[in-house]
Amino acid sequence: MAKRAKKDTWVEIYKIVLEKGERAPQVPNDTQQVPLEMKVKGFLVQDAAVGKEAEIITPAGRRIKGRLLEINPAYTHMFGRPIPELSPIAGEIRAILRERRNAS
Amino acid sequence: MSTDSYKAIMDQKAEIMRSSVGINYEKYTTGVLSFDYEAMLNDTGYDLDATRDIQGRSAVGDTPLVELKNLTELVRAVSEPGKGARLFVKDEAANPSGSFKDRRASLSAFEAKKKGYKGIAAATSGNYGAAVASQAAKAGLGCIIVQEAFDSKKIAQPEIAEKTRACEAYGAEVVRLSVGPELFYYFLIILKETGYFNASLYTPYSILGIETLGYELAMQVKAREGRFPDVVVATHAGGGNVTGTTRGLIKAGAADTLMVAASVDLSGLHMASDRDFNRKSFTTGHTGFSVPFSTWPDRVDVPRNAARSLRYMDRFVTVTQGEVFYMTEALAVIEGMERGPAGNTSLAAAFAIAREMDREQIIIVQETEYTGAGKHPLGQLNLAKQMGIDVRRGDPRENQPGKAIVIPEHPSQIKPVEMDLDRIRRSYLRNALDSLPEGEKATEKDLEFLAADTKSTQDYVRDVVNELIRTRFLGGKV
Repeated sequence: MAKRAKKDTWVEIYKIVLEKGERAPQVPNDTQQVPLEMKVKGFLVQDAAVGKEAEIITPAGRRIKGRLLEINPAYTHMFGRPIPELSPIAGEIRAILRERRNAS
Repeated sequence: MSTDSYKAIMDQKAEIMRSSVGINYEKYTTGVLSFDYEAMLNDTGYDLDATRDIQGRSAVGDTPLVELKNLTELVRAVSEPGKGARLFVKDEAANPSGSFKDRRASLSAFEAKKKGYKGIAAATSGNYGAAVASQAAKAGLGCIIVQEAFDSKKIAQPEIAEKTRACEAYGAEVVRLSVGPELFYYFLIILKETGYFNASLYTPYSILGIETLGYELAMQVKAREGRFPDVVVATHAGGGNVTGTTRGLIKAGAADTLMVAASVDLSGLHMASDRDFNRKSFTTGHTGFSVPFSTWPDRVDVPRNAARSLRYMDRFVTVTQGEVFYMTEALAVIEGMERGPAGNTSLAAAFAIAREMDREQIIIVQETEYTGAGKHPLGQLNLAKQMGIDVRRGDPRENQPGKAIVIPEHPSQIKPVEMDLDRIRRSYLRNALDSLPEGEKATEKDLEFLAADTKSTQDYVRDVVNELIRTRFLGGKV
């Protein structure tokens, strides 16, 4: 059974703003082939199930309807692993400065 | 047709814009193409003193000017004897939301509050969103930020994901859209629905807010060194940074300081392409904005763009993605300043330009921005690798946007590429010619305006336009 969320829970909803046939004429081909999609977060107006129609009130006070995507969605952007192509730069630059200071 | 269809909303654009910005742009028309730029800015009532006062009350501005002594030494290590100018940076990350964009947002928030708007909205995926959200929070206004945030595979651009988080942290509603310029269409729907103030990046408020940056840095250098800087380098995208900073320099009396605009080269990538979206590795400060905005500033969400960069730049250079990541690393490891990658575009350019200058000269990088998860070389380069982009060390000339990010092996390899300003001016004038309504002829006023707008002369404008008309006639296009 789909997960349900209570009224007033912080959630994210999803909807399609423009279907692929409705895209602006100046949009390049690859973008024409996909819809314009939207995600917005807010507090649920009524209890709702994930994947079903839901209504939210956003922090700006707007009411928006869409498909309930996620309950209390996480921020998942991160630093990730160090980049091996960047890691040696510190040592290289310090060596250039050291050499210059030793020479003078 | 539904009342919210693409066409129906775009047809109401002028009306929605007028009520959401509160400026009667038509009033400033002086010719067929020309308008009174200075009057449009002056009529806001915000002169430099008023702006400084408003910004001071919301903790914006008065940021430190930091001399980058170790980077200067690195410049000199790769310069001819007697060369290698002193490098300084204006640490704009010290603003409340972490970038110079707070200056741009401050007057919009003040104006919106004064005029009784309930909130402010902005269509922006970058630092400006956080700035508007932060200023709205302080002013007690509602705030909606509309972002272009993810591609059709639902992969979010990491830097924009960080801006989503920041805007939400300041209590704003964040509307995240997939790739496409119709973001503007949805933005209009929001303005129409909410009656919010449009904190556009291109209104007079947004530009006047940046004048303080140029003014402050000129006065800081003057107080410390007894003279104005020789060169200021500004990261260039939509043109506001270059425009506002130079206007501020001029107001401080530093009219002889050279303004260099610097952008990351993203040539070959399409700005509205779903496929290219996550292959850019930069969300701003790149040629995808700076070239079209320099050659035709009025392609924006307001009828008359107050950001007119070609009026103010003395030189325009591009740097590669790999060079900017290299300099971001250098700034952290020898200056102890970890700052976001996009703002370091001007630093990469300044590093190379300083090599051409004399030791006694002073070159200023006029901004930094905060850094954080996603908004960082690690986040960007990890995504680039995931998207199949070849990240390697080597000669930065081999950098290919969307295909290869080449990190320099040595600081001496950092060399900006000159943009031909003559070509940019010609391209601007071609666009001006194209925008002449059928049957209309340009007037003397237009000529005067086009010369000022391209930082050239009326003779130059006349020659180029005549040449363009001749070429078209011969090509059978007229």
